[in-house]
Amino acid sequence: MYALSARGLVKTYDNGVQALKGVDLEVEQGDFFALLGPNGAGKTTLIGIATSLVNKTGGTLEVFGHDVDRELDAAKACIGVVPQEVNFNMWETPLEIVVNQAGFYGIDRKLARQRAEFYLGKLSLWDRRKTVSRALSGGMKRRLMIARALMHEPRLLILDEPTAGVDIEIRRSMWDFLREINAQGTTIILTTHYLEEAETLCRNIAIINGGQIVERDRMASLLRRLKSEVFVLSLRDPLAAVPRIDDYLVTRIDDNTIEVEVSDEQSLNEIFARLSGQGIVVQSMRSKVNRLEEIFMRLVDGRGAKR
Amino acid sequence: MSAGSPTLGQVRWVGFKTILLREYGRIIRIWGQTIVPSAVTSTLYFVIFGALIGKRIGPMGGVDYMQFIAPGLIMMGVITNSYSNVVSSFFGAKFSKHVEEMLVAPLPAWVIVLGYVGGGVIRGLLVGGAVTIISLLFAEIVIHHALIIIAAVVLTAVVFSLGGFLNAMYAKNFEQVNWIPSFVLTPLTYFGGVFFSISLLPAWAQALSHANPVLYMVNAFRYGFLGTSDVDVVLAFALMIGFAAAMFVIAIVLMNRGTGMRE
Repeated sequence: MYALSARGLVKTYDNGVQALKGVDLEVEQGDFFALLGPNGAGKTTLIGIATSLVNKTGGTLEVFGHDVDRELDAAKACIGVVPQEVNFNMWETPLEIVVNQAGFYGIDRKLARQRAEFYLGKLSLWDRRKTVSRALSGGMKRRLMIARALMHEPRLLILDEPTAGVDIEIRRSMWDFLREINAQGTTIILTTHYLEEAETLCRNIAIINGGQIVERDRMASLLRRLKSEVFVLSLRDPLAAVPRIDDYLVTRIDDNTIEVEVSDEQSLNEIFARLSGQGIVVQSMRSKVNRLEEIFMRLVDGRGAKR
Repeated sequence: MSAGSPTLGQVRWVGFKTILLREYGRIIRIWGQTIVPSAVTSTLYFVIFGALIGKRIGPMGGVDYMQFIAPGLIMMGVITNSYSNVVSSFFGAKFSKHVEEMLVAPLPAWVIVLGYVGGGVIRGLLVGGAVTIISLLFAEIVIHHALIIIAAVVLTAVVFSLGGFLNAMYAKNFEQVNWIPSFVLTPLTYFGGVFFSISLLPAWAQALSHANPVLYMVNAFRYGFLGTSDVDVVLAFALMIGFAAAMFVIAIVLMNRGTGMRE
């Protein structure tokens, strides 16, 4: 049984736009799954159908074996959703928001308050529990929506760009928290525009484009498909000319910086050895483009990932 | 932190209580907008129509004019407040999208509708209670049939709460939220026998008034106080129950379709 299983999912909006064109997708239980795609690719529509905020035009969708057409309430009870846009009552406090949300899932107020303390505490919001939520910062609002989605302790947590506009420190603490709840057994589906985030957190990935799944693979397998990668090297001493390294494409960026393209048949050790041989000291190195970003761009540009 | 999953019955009961408590909390939190305006307006009506003009009007429907308009003014507060509570609260939930908190939860449509209607009834009764207390300053209130009073006021609040819910479902902006209260509800209420007995009207206007549902509600309520009515009280209750049942079913059908909420 899959945490989420879509078969031939189709959605055509009233204005004629076909947002989903027969999507087949399975997400295994316990997975940390990335659903990526450019704006308008159909990610939010797919999530909307799973959470019953969008009526599908065709196909089937099951959540932990519960068909949304036949057992909608059972399917809903399994899902916690963190939407892309803030959608809580700005005049309520975080405590009211999460306790009420628990109530909508049949959790009595005593247990809801215990969970509120736990989840608001985990997401560093307990001190702000009585603040009117419109006064919270953007990052706090995002974390509040995560706490709210967890109040009924769902088996499947769907996060639609949860870290948009969140500073890097809070983003990383949110990653730690998401890893923790995933380790405890919660299946997580994540959409994000930060591809580093998907690469860091997710084990499996699907890329959707133009309403269709254009790639579905293990994250590691997908990343291995990249045939070459460009590294940016910062050098200790200024260079007079571009160093020559046979079989490697080297480009000078400025006096202290060069770029080197490395294929999957070549090695960084060889580059370092040859640079050392020329008396060049490399102080630091970074990948020019995020690997997942490179693959993603190739897929959504229609160039296809190299196999 | 784990606990057994709530049963279907628990989800529905706790979900209903949660919506009701949230609505009650909203009414109390913004009491200056929800309770006070109707209390002030009704006081002005009592002073102007009752104490000042009413003395020159004389008896109405066989009783002192102040006694006559007191049930009407109470009912007017109930009608406008039960309607406006639900229309503003539910449209606000749609507008700011926090209605999605309920839509993604395993709550059947009828629980959501009942929760909001319950909120509208609470505000209607709170305002009705406030206007009743104010009316005691101006008129001697006698009770003829307490049960009829309670049944009429609750049913009226239910009908108009449902009306507010349907209005909120279809409304796409705040203008459409205000349109029906301004151009439909207010004329129906003013011509619904709040300030006068329809026996004062010419025959054609009396016949036309019988098409006004507010007339039946106000008269059924007034019958509970005075024991007199311009309409058949049994018919009035049948109409109120019929309206409530029909509107409840329509609201559930629209909710299940996702009218105005789901794409």
